[in-house]
Amino acid sequence: MANTGSVSSEQTHRRPVRWYILVFLAPATLIYTIFAIYPIIESLRLSLYEAGDGGGVFVGLANYARLFGEPLWADQFWNAFKNNIVLFLMHMLIQNPIALALAALLSVPTLKGAATYRTIFFLPTLLSVVVVGFIWQLILSPLWGVSPAFMNWLGIGSFFKPWLGLESSALITVTLISIWQYVGIPLMLFYAALLNVPEETIEAARIDGLNGWWIFWKVKLPLILPTLGLVGILTYIGNFTASFDLIYTLQGGLAGPDYSTDVMGTFLFRTFFGFQAQLGDVYMGATVASALFFIILIGVGLYLFGVQRRLQRYDS
Amino acid sequence: MLVKQRISSVGIHAVLIAYSVLALFPLALIVLNSFKTRKAIFRDPTGLPLGESFSAKGYDSVLSNSDFPLYFGNSLTVTVVSLVLILLLGAMASHALSEYRFPGDTFLGLYLVLGIMVPIRLGTVALLELIVSMGLANTLTALILVYTAQGLPIAIFIFTEFLRSVSKEIKDSARIDGLSEYRIFFEVVIPLVRPVIATVAVFSMIPIWNDLWFPLILSPGEESRTVTLGVQQFIGQYTVNWGAVLASLSVAILPVLVMYVIFSKQLIRGITAGAVKG
Repeated sequence: MANTGSVSSEQTHRRPVRWYILVFLAPATLIYTIFAIYPIIESLRLSLYEAGDGGGVFVGLANYARLFGEPLWADQFWNAFKNNIVLFLMHMLIQNPIALALAALLSVPTLKGAATYRTIFFLPTLLSVVVVGFIWQLILSPLWGVSPAFMNWLGIGSFFKPWLGLESSALITVTLISIWQYVGIPLMLFYAALLNVPEETIEAARIDGLNGWWIFWKVKLPLILPTLGLVGILTYIGNFTASFDLIYTLQGGLAGPDYSTDVMGTFLFRTFFGFQAQLGDVYMGATVASALFFIILIGVGLYLFGVQRRLQRYDS
Repeated sequence: MLVKQRISSVGIHAVLIAYSVLALFPLALIVLNSFKTRKAIFRDPTGLPLGESFSAKGYDSVLSNSDFPLYFGNSLTVTVVSLVLILLLGAMASHALSEYRFPGDTFLGLYLVLGIMVPIRLGTVALLELIVSMGLANTLTALILVYTAQGLPIAIFIFTEFLRSVSKEIKDSARIDGLSEYRIFFEVVIPLVRPVIATVAVFSMIPIWNDLWFPLILSPGEESRTVTLGVQQFIGQYTVNWGAVLASLSVAILPVLVMYVIFSKQLIRGITAGAVKG
């Protein structure tokens, strides 16, 4: 359709309409609008309705009142929210520092074999969560006995427990598996940022008598602060949405034991589709998704107006 | 001084090798055991698949007795088609955004990258209704459209940032030579963005190949199942047949590995080429 327009504009001698701009932009904009933006807006709208005869009935904020007011819903919501925050903090405090440390070591200019290490570190990130989940389930399984045997070899065999099955340790274990898998992404971003630090700046610091350790802390780290901010917000967003896959694989839709690994993703899935005895509810599903939308919006807002703006002042 | 440097270099390698072991050990365990007999898998999980303990039965049952090849083809189709669409449509949009001035260009630029911050999964409820009403439930088309929509924002962000840093002179001289805007895109811009294509491809590919959420919700049907979903269900059914489970896991690892090896050289070059800024 747009193509024929472009032909006709060439034939007329008026100021040509720049159809090609439309041709370049329309396909991406249409697919993105129909399959990404519209569903999100429509979900926000659906959260204001509930099931009635032959379709939805407008109920205003009643679904939200239910979600936060009725103990049955509120307990699940806050439990999932709390678990997500634990997940987020653990990724920030364990995954991202490990990624930064490994990236710093990899970016040592004289290091041999950096490309090989990089490939190896990124490998787990490439794997499907289903694969990762099952691998670790096997390794941690008391049945197969790889970890008990390994711990015996280290002389700490008596500390072995079926961590994934215990309420007290399931969430932490799941998080550590997730860290094992995804450390590659912040690693790559940090590594690229560190490579981008200008050689002259490092050289100048070296002439000033700083050693490698202090050059990292005083010169490189301040320069890559924007990347730290970016990794922070990506961790925040990913933890609320992407964490579903691993937990569903490892612990099932009920995020057991006893909901101890339940996150917003699994909660949304159960609410929308139902699970076992619970019936699925489109409108409550939309409400949970919308609540999650606002949680993410708050985080992104804080990042854009707080963190990023402050960081850019140091950015030369 | 030199001795000190050598010691620190040994220390760095020690840390990096230790982490490499941590990253590789679980994978090696799966691949090794997938070639072993059931007995050997249990008796000696860390042993090598040599002599009596070697068996490729797991692969046999995965590749012949199951729908695994079908799932594999589905995943490959979905990933490759989505990737091509993301790269092509993303590059086209980024070219327009970085090259031409038109009313609303800034707004459209922001609108198109909004999806980086707002995950498409939040729209799942309405998305399922939309897909069903279009008659696309349980089709690969549904997944391709959704993944394309999901991948476009980051692709447009990276391509646009990159294209803005590229000099306009080449394009202008092509224009003087009388090339149409379309030919400029295909003959000048596409070769220009090559360094960041690998970056965009890897970052778009991983979440598509490995996704469990959308296959589970939009196309759980037998015919349109992807590897990730297929393995997930397969594991549930055949926990007894460990050889087959381990083989299916190993096979599911393979394609991403191949694609990564192809792209990995350019990946870092692309990220550092000013593509990803804070």
